[in-house]
Amino acid sequence: MIEHAITPNLVFDVAHMFAGALVLISFLMLYQDRLYALLNVFALQAVALALAVAWQAYAQDAPHLYVTAGIALVFKALVIPVSLHRMVARLGIHRQVETAVSIGPTMLAGIALVALSMVVMLKATPAAEALAREDLAFALSVVLLGLLMMVTRRNAVSQVVGFMSLENGLILAATGAKGMPLVVEISVAFSVLIAFIVIGIFLFRIRERFDTVDVDALDRFRGGRA
Amino acid sequence: MIGSIAALTFNPAPVILAIPAVAAVLLALIPSYRVSAALNVGACALTFLTALALLVAPRIAGPFLIVDDLNIVFVVLNTFVAFTTSVFSASYIAHELETGRLTPLHLRFYHAMYQVLLAAMNLALLSNNLGVMWVAIEVATLTTVLMVGLYRTEAAIEAAWKYFMLGSVGIALALFGTILVYMVAQPVVGEGPDGMIWSVLMKRARDFDPALLNVAFVFLLLGYGTKVGLAPLHAWLPDAHSEGPTPISAVLSGLLLNVALYAVLRFKLLLAAHPGTLAPGPLMMAMGLASLLLAGFMLYRRRDIKRLFAYSSIEHMGLIAFAFGLGGPVANFAGLLHMTMHSLTKSAIFFAVGHVCQVKGSQKLSDIRGLTTSHPALGWGLVVAVAAIAGLPPAGVFMSEFLLVTSTFAHRPWLALPLVAGLLLAFGALMLKLSGIAFGAPSPGTDKVKASYLPMTVHLALVLVAGLYLPPPLVAWFRHVAGLLG
Repeated sequence: MIEHAITPNLVFDVAHMFAGALVLISFLMLYQDRLYALLNVFALQAVALALAVAWQAYAQDAPHLYVTAGIALVFKALVIPVSLHRMVARLGIHRQVETAVSIGPTMLAGIALVALSMVVMLKATPAAEALAREDLAFALSVVLLGLLMMVTRRNAVSQVVGFMSLENGLILAATGAKGMPLVVEISVAFSVLIAFIVIGIFLFRIRERFDTVDVDALDRFRGGRA
Repeated sequence: MIGSIAALTFNPAPVILAIPAVAAVLLALIPSYRVSAALNVGACALTFLTALALLVAPRIAGPFLIVDDLNIVFVVLNTFVAFTTSVFSASYIAHELETGRLTPLHLRFYHAMYQVLLAAMNLALLSNNLGVMWVAIEVATLTTVLMVGLYRTEAAIEAAWKYFMLGSVGIALALFGTILVYMVAQPVVGEGPDGMIWSVLMKRARDFDPALLNVAFVFLLLGYGTKVGLAPLHAWLPDAHSEGPTPISAVLSGLLLNVALYAVLRFKLLLAAHPGTLAPGPLMMAMGLASLLLAGFMLYRRRDIKRLFAYSSIEHMGLIAFAFGLGGPVANFAGLLHMTMHSLTKSAIFFAVGHVCQVKGSQKLSDIRGLTTSHPALGWGLVVAVAAIAGLPPAGVFMSEFLLVTSTFAHRPWLALPLVAGLLLAFGALMLKLSGIAFGAPSPGTDKVKASYLPMTVHLALVLVAGLYLPPPLVAWFRHVAGLLG
């Protein structure tokens, strides 16, 4: 019988696999040194997220989560990376990712952050069911790695990618929480949309005034005003 | 008879949200800036009057909105300062239009955004749902980001970008905390929307898992604390204050910081309802003291007048967080009073500063000298306001700081040391800067600014009166709310 093929163990393992994949891809993003490659890896992470969310929708029998999965697939895996690709090409930004901290220490910090989130989450949630708590630990890792990327990157596009990867972690956490009201899913998707519009406007405006989207270049304009 | 029944059952909360929402749509459609400035003031006045009706409205907690003694304080203060700021804004933007810094199209956008911001802030305060509150604070952040970047200068874009990035990180951490709170609640209250309703959570908080609730609070404190401007997450605040239009600086300092603080307080209440959780106080006190001391030192090095007062906002938000962290009836009372006084005084300062920058044509402190000679009304207004915010008696700020210091001496004498040091540091810095701004030989400037002194005067009068005499009903109210805060 086909229904019996899906045992609780399998549900657990598959969910685990997808969530773990998200964390791995976050690490992949940390050591990309080309903007285009970074965008491709981000798209891959969005695909992994879509799969993870779709699996949760199936496992929890919560059809509304398919919407979230669809948004992740269409919007984050296709629309955003493609338009950022075009923006990078049109603005003629240097194709390199400028890092504030070099790759090695960043990776080490990333490993430390993942360890931290495992320790915190697994210790804090002995009562919750195993799937929820490990999902949460993975989600927190993705959030923290996104944050790390935002701090260690200098140019605006890679900071935006870091921020979006952080949001991926949030969605993973939200869908892992069983029966979380729809309002949150919508709001998360919505916030990504708004965030993108705003960032789009800003990049456009920045383009009007600057030749580079390097945030350091913005800092220089502060000059002596302290 | 029917009228009185209608008055009893009338619930002003939805109206408070509807007025700014409708006004925002109208303002986006009206091309004339004079009409829209007037409409902006009118809508704010109407919202404030409706908010006053909350005082006599029944305390209800529905599935969407909640009205209780805590948020009424915030809503009334918020709508009042929003109203006076809209009056100031009308005279401020007329000048910006004349000098060509803004175009009528910008103003249309600005007015619509102003109302969206108010609607979002009121929703954050009145919402009974954690998720909706989070969305509302997010929307409020995004609208202010757009307004900070309104002038489209290099500095303004940089400030908006920095604000946007740090604000988003804060808001993301807050969302993670919100998800954790739901996960804590879910085994107890069941799946579905109930797990995000304040009034339900508060009732069932005793049964929650304390360890996860602690973790959730840390995320929420860091997340919403970023929006409060607490150190070490304050970096966006000075830029955002200095580069946007001055009415927005007033709204940011006077209102948005309070809304974020309200969110922190709500979660602190949730933690306090569970005996097994960690005490949220020490965390808040540590962040509060760090903000106070950091801002105290940073104030000395400011060269830009709006940045100066932005750092002063960090200082005062630190004080307020410290007061609520300390807890107990006196400190909570001091915190509430200080929050009210800071909102009123700081927005009065920004009203003055807005016109000062217009008459002097610069925000640099070195270009602003001898104001009391060249522009007596503005100059003396600023002197009174800065003396008030620095904590000189008889202003209300003095009273709340006095209460806070005595309460600290009584409960945690060692902490009183850094507290008093921070207060004195900030006091010295403000006096030093004020003497340069207000006295001495005046720097060149124009007189062609039609300033409106009414909002500033009203605020300062309220602050001075509050320092001398607080009406007993207000004291009773604050005491009651302070008791609720534990």
